[in-house]
Amino acid sequence: MSIRTEQMTLNMGPQHPSTHGVFRLVLTIEGETIKHAEPVIGYLHRGSEKLAEGLLYTQFIPYTDRLDYLNAMTNNYIYCAGVEELLEWEIPERAEYLRVLVMELNRIASHLVWWGTFMLDLGALSPFLYAFRDRDLILDRLNEISGARMTFNYVRIGGVKWDAPDGWIERVKETVKEVRENIKEYDTLVTGNEIFQARTIGVGKISQKEAINWGLSGPIARGSGIRFDLRKEEPYSIYDRFDFDIPTFQEGDVYARYKTRIAEMHESLKIIEQACEQIPEGEIIHKKGKRIMMIKPPAGEVYKRCEASKGEIGVYIVSNGKTQPYRVKLRRPSFVNVQILQELLIDEPIANLVAIFGSLDVVLGEVDA
Amino acid sequence: MDLVFMIIYAVCLMLLLLGAVTYAILFERKVIGYMQIRIGPNRHGPWGMLQTIADVSKLLMKEDVIPKAADRPIFILAPVIAFVPSFAIYATISWSENIYAADLNIGVLYFIGISSITTLGVVMGGWASNNKYSLMGAMRSVAQVISYEIPLVLSIVGVVILAGSLNFREIVFYQESIGLWLIIPQFLGFIVYMIAAIAELNRSPFDLPEAESELVSGYHTEYSGFRYAFFMLAEYTYAIAISALATTLFLGGWLGPAFLPGVVWFLLKMCVFMFIWFWLRATLPRARVDHLMGFGWKVLIPLALLNIVITSIIKVWMG
Amino acid sequence: MSQELLERIVSRIENIQGEGAVLEASLNFSKPMITLDTSNWTPQIAQLLHDDPELKFNFLSCLTGMDYEEHMEVIYNFHSIPHNYYLYVKVKTAREKPTVHSVQPIWKTADWLERETYDLLGIEFPGHYNLKRILLPDDWEGHPLRKDYVTDKKALGLD
Repeated sequence: MSIRTEQMTLNMGPQHPSTHGVFRLVLTIEGETIKHAEPVIGYLHRGSEKLAEGLLYTQFIPYTDRLDYLNAMTNNYIYCAGVEELLEWEIPERAEYLRVLVMELNRIASHLVWWGTFMLDLGALSPFLYAFRDRDLILDRLNEISGARMTFNYVRIGGVKWDAPDGWIERVKETVKEVRENIKEYDTLVTGNEIFQARTIGVGKISQKEAINWGLSGPIARGSGIRFDLRKEEPYSIYDRFDFDIPTFQEGDVYARYKTRIAEMHESLKIIEQACEQIPEGEIIHKKGKRIMMIKPPAGEVYKRCEASKGEIGVYIVSNGKTQPYRVKLRRPSFVNVQILQELLIDEPIANLVAIFGSLDVVLGEVDA
Repeated sequence: MDLVFMIIYAVCLMLLLLGAVTYAILFERKVIGYMQIRIGPNRHGPWGMLQTIADVSKLLMKEDVIPKAADRPIFILAPVIAFVPSFAIYATISWSENIYAADLNIGVLYFIGISSITTLGVVMGGWASNNKYSLMGAMRSVAQVISYEIPLVLSIVGVVILAGSLNFREIVFYQESIGLWLIIPQFLGFIVYMIAAIAELNRSPFDLPEAESELVSGYHTEYSGFRYAFFMLAEYTYAIAISALATTLFLGGWLGPAFLPGVVWFLLKMCVFMFIWFWLRATLPRARVDHLMGFGWKVLIPLALLNIVITSIIKVWMG
Repeated sequence: MSQELLERIVSRIENIQGEGAVLEASLNFSKPMITLDTSNWTPQIAQLLHDDPELKFNFLSCLTGMDYEEHMEVIYNFHSIPHNYYLYVKVKTAREKPTVHSVQPIWKTADWLERETYDLLGIEFPGHYNLKRILLPDDWEGHPLRKDYVTDKKALGLD
């Protein structure tokens, strides 16, 4: 006797505890096995690209904060760097060092949030709170320098907004030590756990070829064995002055992506330490950068990209020589990375869905722009 | 006269149990709080003592929401069915040498039999909610409870063989007579019991029926207000009962040095078990449903059977 | 090196599409940039860029739609991971009924990027399996990033 079964459509999200915001997945499931998955996005669309066309170049910087709000410094940076490329400005040394410092601090903060929420998706409650404790240490430092905890609006076209307050560099060094110890502790808490490994090893495998074809970048690509990091491949800012590794793992599963991000935090800490040692005194912004009405890049267009915590973030800026950009296109890593879900989820059980989706580290503010 | 006494005992136990659940929840929140480098509830009363009371009164005062598409009578009945058996099993528990309700000869059997009914409430609730997450939660719950009931019972069989009785009091008297808690000769059985018990209780890391990150809240997604409170109450009552069972079977019930009365020893040992449930919840990620099933059938049941064989041999060998 | 690469790409494309297929070829901030007409941007050319062992542009970094008021363009930013080459490809199309052949079958990442471009600029991508709006609601009228788009502030509740 055979039992009659039916496929069921399950609407996961936009309100669901593990969709990290307003992400919706239309799933066709057979029992608990996913047969078809269609991601639906746009619930957080704010028309950032459209808004850019009506604003001065500098005025758009705060809007970039709201894309990937966990890693706002890099968003600030890449937009400013794009405009600077059109302007062909020389950026003061100290400003570049401060930018690297805040970007790397922010990368660790972003990875910590990922680590906490990913573990929460897997049903472990405590890592979330540990991660946020350390993230708070870092946010305190970023708060001291920029005056904000999440939407920093710190990087300016031609430099940065504020110089580091007295003793800031010293405090950063201490934070680095503390965070490094804590990350090691987290590693012992989670990485070797039997249940954790059973849920992540071999789950959500992405082959190297698929990863490139789907345009995946950042820790996801490196977890699939692609040794590609824009900080090394196309050294922007002053990344060629630091000594650091690109952690790469071959397996391409959720566990490999996990290990990549953990190793990356250690690398970022290394960069911060070196930057703290090397940072020179001097100007923090290009002399024309303070007069925002004067920022009129010559007509032209450029695509500028850099390595954000989620992957390759890029801007395509077109200038027609006026004070407002003609067009700004934002290449958001989460938007590109999340596409692969429609293929990756097929024939996986629901329990793996949260592990796979969590491992992609998607921020919906960035997906929807 | 007996009837009056019985009712008084039941009412007293009910009230005590409500108190116990209240403070078990506070205990859990405090324990997990400290493990997560925060301090847990501390606003209501000293040390947050009134927090749970505030929460429960909020739940009781909430609007009673029943989804339009739900199967109304079953939806209403489900929390009751889930709660009643979890309370009924307390009848056989012997808190100390003198404090007990029913000196049943088949106490173990009664306990296991009645406690299984709780699942029925879960299935009814999940089905009647007419919600896909609830349904999946309920289905997971049935699969899990059926799979883990077997190792749970098998792990107890070892104790029963040694003690030669199904009566809880006699199991404790046996432990007194040999001067040894059964956790030592029955260590394998104890481990199997602990793991199976966590799965039975739907507690982390085996809390799949209400896996928040996957199924929102599983079978009680659609429940709110006092019906939700009932499900919670059933869960904690059952957790306390399972701790009491473990205390009786493996830790010698009320036995302990004479400077404290037996009932205090009993409660202290129960607290140890409760603490272990909370500790695991703060530490471990959630297992996956197919791993859980595989583990139950392929590891725990053979282990429990092995334990029975070993116990039987020892029993025969010792005469 | 970039100049050499640029010449190589131009000759490969003109071998297939004929002399003059590449409208413009220059270096933009020292990166090669070529401009094609939409009729010359065929799946064959895209496949060539992806497969040719000397080019291997296997990573589609970004896809941008652009409204230049007199015409529209789709700009592809390719990256070749094995060779570390970089290339801008600009595909020109008319403002009336803009169409550019889809590259989604070759680079899967173009799936949503093309949908986004369609959504915001109204450029059609024949060959895409599921071309529909992605960020805006399905019943949205018009394409906001077109320069002639009039924002109806009243309908949006802004006025």
